[in-house]
Amino acid sequence: MNPMPHATAPLLQVSGVTLQYKTRDHLVTATYRVSFDVLPSDRFVLLGPSGCGKSTLLKAVGGYMAPTEGTLELKGQKIRKPGPDRCMVFQEFDQLLPWKTVKRNVMFGLESSGKLRGKAAEEKAMQYIEKVNLTKFADSYPHTLSGGMKQRVAIARAMAMEPDILLMDEPFAALDALTRRKMQEELLQLWDDTKFTVLFVTHSIPEAVLVGNRILLLSPHPGQVKAELNSDGSDPVDASGVKLSDRIHNMLFAEQIEEMGAHVS
Amino acid sequence: MNDASRAAVQSNPRPEYILQTELNKEFGVVEKPLTTWERLYNNGAARKTFLLVALGLIWEWYAQRLNNPLLVPTLSETLAAFWNAIYRGELPGRAVTSIRLLLQGYAIGLGLALVFTATAMTFRLGNDLLETLTSMFNPLPAIALLPLALIWFGLGDNSIIFVVVHSVLWAVALNTHSGFRSVSNTLRMVGRNYGLGGIGFVTKVLIPAAFPSILTGLKIGWAFAWRTLIAAELVYGAASGKGGLGWFIYEAKNQLEIPVVFAGLFTVIMIGLLVENLIFRSIESRTVRRWGMQT
Repeated sequence: MNPMPHATAPLLQVSGVTLQYKTRDHLVTATYRVSFDVLPSDRFVLLGPSGCGKSTLLKAVGGYMAPTEGTLELKGQKIRKPGPDRCMVFQEFDQLLPWKTVKRNVMFGLESSGKLRGKAAEEKAMQYIEKVNLTKFADSYPHTLSGGMKQRVAIARAMAMEPDILLMDEPFAALDALTRRKMQEELLQLWDDTKFTVLFVTHSIPEAVLVGNRILLLSPHPGQVKAELNSDGSDPVDASGVKLSDRIHNMLFAEQIEEMGAHVS
Repeated sequence: MNDASRAAVQSNPRPEYILQTELNKEFGVVEKPLTTWERLYNNGAARKTFLLVALGLIWEWYAQRLNNPLLVPTLSETLAAFWNAIYRGELPGRAVTSIRLLLQGYAIGLGLALVFTATAMTFRLGNDLLETLTSMFNPLPAIALLPLALIWFGLGDNSIIFVVVHSVLWAVALNTHSGFRSVSNTLRMVGRNYGLGGIGFVTKVLIPAAFPSILTGLKIGWAFAWRTLIAAELVYGAASGKGGLGWFIYEAKNQLEIPVVFAGLFTVIMIGLLVENLIFRSIESRTVRRWGMQT
């Protein structure tokens, strides 16, 4: 299947990527020949059940692992190693440096990468801390913050870098349901503000439908592309009267039901 | 369909109600300061001071009843001997000699630990080397090497420094190394994400992230070094005519000045406590405690 020709050049081009990693006694194929294009200002969601290699795929885009087959290109440049043009936001709360205050954490990225120094870095950091409504907590240490606040700091730190693409690895998965809802709304508001490009990994169908404008469905063991869908956040009903989220659910779990049927017979 | 069947499980539904929480109601206690006595009891320092005074009184009472200063001198005699030794300038001089040796050994030990850990972090074989050496030497009391050290380095400060280095090195290297290894993968990825590598990665991510372990290593190393030093000085220590605290205790014992022996022991304890409580405690409260990284 050839990707459709795009009006705008893709920002991130993933073509035929097979990813393998070694555990202690197995060679695991995480994804098999996965291809997709992310356009500028996309909120591109990688959606799939656990074991579909979506996080591994994100790590490969981050430059933390090399594909065994296929290519990953950002703005036409091959991705070889981690770099500040792709900023990661992780699921774990310990992604903040506990020995730095909120402000210093946000400045850490700017200063370590050599993008900005001193006063300029501080101003930029405060600007993004304000965007995530944490100005009052700029001088607090991470351990005094709640989970949602920590994730907001991580998002501010990544966004302050103004990277080509934000990589989010289930950033809200460890939050309680109410906080998660609020964070999803806030993320969309931030997007309205700056129209950043984000590659968002999740295993939650409602989250994918709400957050994404383009959703890539991956099937598990190993991860293969199952579908690529558009979404406008409203979970629309298609011609046959099925909600988008239900369609996704059916596509992801149809196989499992078939498998179960096969076992029974 | 589902909802209906779930609701039907309750045969006679209970009524719902909503209450207004009252604002002006007189609660018994909302917030009330504790009494002075309760606050005093909650203060760790106050409790410990009380215990110290109590122990001191028991000591005084027992020693006076025993009335044998050769076995157990009274607390007052010990304190008198202590002030006297300080006044004569003998005790401070001995303490300085001990501490000087200790600091030399400690510094060399830290330097070597740094080299070992760096090697272990860089090469796989270095890692194996450090693991093998620490598992061999960590259980070995450093003082057991003193006879050997005396043959290698002769009767002098060098032998003592050698055993002190030995006591510091393995504890610090072991803790630093395990601290580095336990730095979470997420933090490592964050560091690399922002373009850190090599020395920058070590100083800006690895060392602060492993700092709780490193500090523990420094504390254990200090405690080992202090004990080893006093023990080594007890065996011999007056190579250049002026020994340290261990030698001070040994001499006093030879002259049967038991209160002075107690005064020497008292000094050893005091210096240990001072370093632990003033230096390490304040480093802790400024770093790992403030960062919420206390393990």
